[in-house]
Amino acid sequence: MKKFVNDIDDVMRESLSGLVSAHPELIRVEFEPTFVARRHKTPGKVALISGGGSGHEPLHAGFVGRGMLDAACPGQVFTSPTPDQMLAAASAVDGGKGILFIVKNYAGDFMNFQMASEMLDIENATVLVNDDVAVENSTHTTGRRGVAGTVIVEKIVGAAAELGASLDECKQVGDRVNGATASMGLAFTSCTVPAAGRTTFDIGDDEMEVGVGIHGEPGRRREKIKPADAIVDELLAAILDDLRPERGRELILHVNGFGGTPLMELYLLHHSALSRLRSAGLSPVRSLVGNYTTSLEMAGASLTVTLLDDELRGLWDAPVHTSALRW
Amino acid sequence: MNTTLIIRSAFAVQQAILSHEADIELLDRAIGDGDHFINVRRGCEVVAGLAPDLSGLMPSEALQKIGVKLLGTIGGASGPLIASFFLAMGRTLEGIVEPERHDFAAAFAAGVEAIKLRGKADVGEKTMLDVLIPAARLLTRLVDEDAALADICAQMPDEARQNMLATKDMIATKGRAYFLGERALGHIDPGCKTCEVAIAAVCGVVSQPDLKQEAV
Repeated sequence: MKKFVNDIDDVMRESLSGLVSAHPELIRVEFEPTFVARRHKTPGKVALISGGGSGHEPLHAGFVGRGMLDAACPGQVFTSPTPDQMLAAASAVDGGKGILFIVKNYAGDFMNFQMASEMLDIENATVLVNDDVAVENSTHTTGRRGVAGTVIVEKIVGAAAELGASLDECKQVGDRVNGATASMGLAFTSCTVPAAGRTTFDIGDDEMEVGVGIHGEPGRRREKIKPADAIVDELLAAILDDLRPERGRELILHVNGFGGTPLMELYLLHHSALSRLRSAGLSPVRSLVGNYTTSLEMAGASLTVTLLDDELRGLWDAPVHTSALRW
Repeated sequence: MNTTLIIRSAFAVQQAILSHEADIELLDRAIGDGDHFINVRRGCEVVAGLAPDLSGLMPSEALQKIGVKLLGTIGGASGPLIASFFLAMGRTLEGIVEPERHDFAAAFAAGVEAIKLRGKADVGEKTMLDVLIPAARLLTRLVDEDAALADICAQMPDEARQNMLATKDMIATKGRAYFLGERALGHIDPGCKTCEVAIAAVCGVVSQPDLKQEAV
């Protein structure tokens, strides 16, 4: 394993300290229990709290700031945070209008946030993100995962909260964005959890994992690597089959890198996906390209589409000022 | 089952888990995301570190203290599940100074039921419940039948082992392996392996009644 590490047990603390020392005007960090919050509390609005395992940076702590999250609770690498973190974050950022938790649909994240929600004596609600169409949905199973679409949910709900939406309204907007969002990804390599010291799975030089999540875990199937356009066709087919947008529908196209793929390739994917969406009669009016929901140093990418209407487009365009997203 | 035995069991489970590191990691790398062993080890460490604060507590208090500590330490899916197990066990034993076998069996069953409720899972979904639910049933039956302690401590690990192995032929509908679909076939569930190791370790402690009075 080649990583910048001093002591494995200090990786998270040192990394979070660095995030905050790089953006001291925006955020602060607390330890024991660990959470990252806006430098200055914003009273009189619904407070948005997200969280999840570390290793997905900049998700979620990189999205704490005006127009997006109020706090983020990072867990150990790929391991959900614990309820005490969420309770501490909630009491630190509560602005008197309730707490909205934004949770990716993984059993661990779901259960820890659920316990926090039950234990919290502030009015609260939860938006569960499950945008990954690589996994079939069913009420009898864990259901679809939450992946790169989470950034879009956090941005849009963050704007709604900043504009004074109530807890119910924020929850409704969040559920609506989630329902209008679909993602699918694929990986060329696995990644190494620092504490494990070796890659989570082995993969040949000419192979790719299709339908992979954001934890370096194996995907739905393994195939020989294909040209980028063929990969984009496959990912978009699954996404559009899920969303079934009508002709001319406006949308956000998000090309997300998993951490080990250069921007040069991500833009190549964007070029390919954008022209395909246009050929399909759709109207991709907003784009986001970069490493936003990563899986440590995994090489690979996901495509996310969010269908827009006037309200959602306005909320997407609203100002945001966080360490990882700013306009 | 008094608090001394609970503490002895905790250390035994920690030792057993550490000695199975390679097996558990291999299984989790196959169908998990590689963090199961690390989380379980962290859980064992904090419970071991808690030992000095536990001795002198009633069994119910000790179990609840373990539960609260684990809830704030493990994270992941195993955190709330394992914590719910200990909290429910503790609640069931409330007010009982020296729980008898049937008290302990009832507490174990309540702990397993709490995992089932929190995880919304059941037998056959390729999760730790595939080992735990049959284990709770067997323990209840053996205690009802007044089986000898040696018998209970011999049958429980056997049952756990068989049920752990049986998860090899299952497709997961809950937990991380669910995302793999049929690719999870042919792999034992890592959570079941951990539970099997833990059950065997606890039985190893409980089957030595002569050590029961030894101070920790």
